[in-house]
Amino acid sequence: MIFETILRIALGILMLSILANMYRVVKGPSGADRVQALDSIGINLIASIAAYSVLFHTQAFFDLILLIGILSFIGTIAFARFIERGVVIERKR
Amino acid sequence: MSGSGEAVGAILILVGAIFSLISAIGGIRLPDVYTRSHAASKSSTLGVLCALAGTLLYFLISDGIFSVRLILGIFFVFLTAPVAAHVLCRSAYRNDVPMAGAVEDELAQYYGMNKDDQGTVEKDVVKLDASSISMIDKEASLHTSET
Repeated sequence: MIFETILRIALGILMLSILANMYRVVKGPSGADRVQALDSIGINLIASIAAYSVLFHTQAFFDLILLIGILSFIGTIAFARFIERGVVIERKR
Repeated sequence: MSGSGEAVGAILILVGAIFSLISAIGGIRLPDVYTRSHAASKSSTLGVLCALAGTLLYFLISDGIFSVRLILGIFFVFLTAPVAAHVLCRSAYRNDVPMAGAVEDELAQYYGMNKDDQGTVEKDVVKLDASSISMIDKEASLHTSET
């Protein structure tokens, strides 16, 4: 009862923070702002999946936490390399 | 026995969500790429660590299940979120994104010699349009040798 209410309130707060990050994705003046906000959205999705797995009392979503963490990190690194150097993967000769 | 686990899990997840909201508000209100990255990386990482620790403690206390995947997730997020923020801030600084209200830029004299080199290389690339691909490759190898 009150346990589920607290979890739903936490999910609503996480949804608000994802909306605030979406505002920064839309309005951010530089590219690094947008990539930073998308990385923060990924972090908030990890917290939301943790709250959902407590709410539904299941362990089936723990792989998704690790997977979204790894994918968000790799995507952020790739976009940062693209902003900094213009290429993501350099050719070696 | 299960009530204490529910209480610990719910309180930690709520605290983590509030930290994430504070980080998102900082991302809206702060004036600059670097201050926004400061807000977003640190407090958002703390928020997700609180939420994952709450999940781990909930399943540990109420079910007696110790999940290694959650430990790996906590370790990975704690390791990679500051690295991603560092790389993004460095790319923003090297693209001359301005700082809001900076009194003194101490990195400018450190990057000053490198910036002159980059300027000449980019001018050469603009001049030699036909063989620009080899120049871009040379510039990329120069960057890798720097870092």
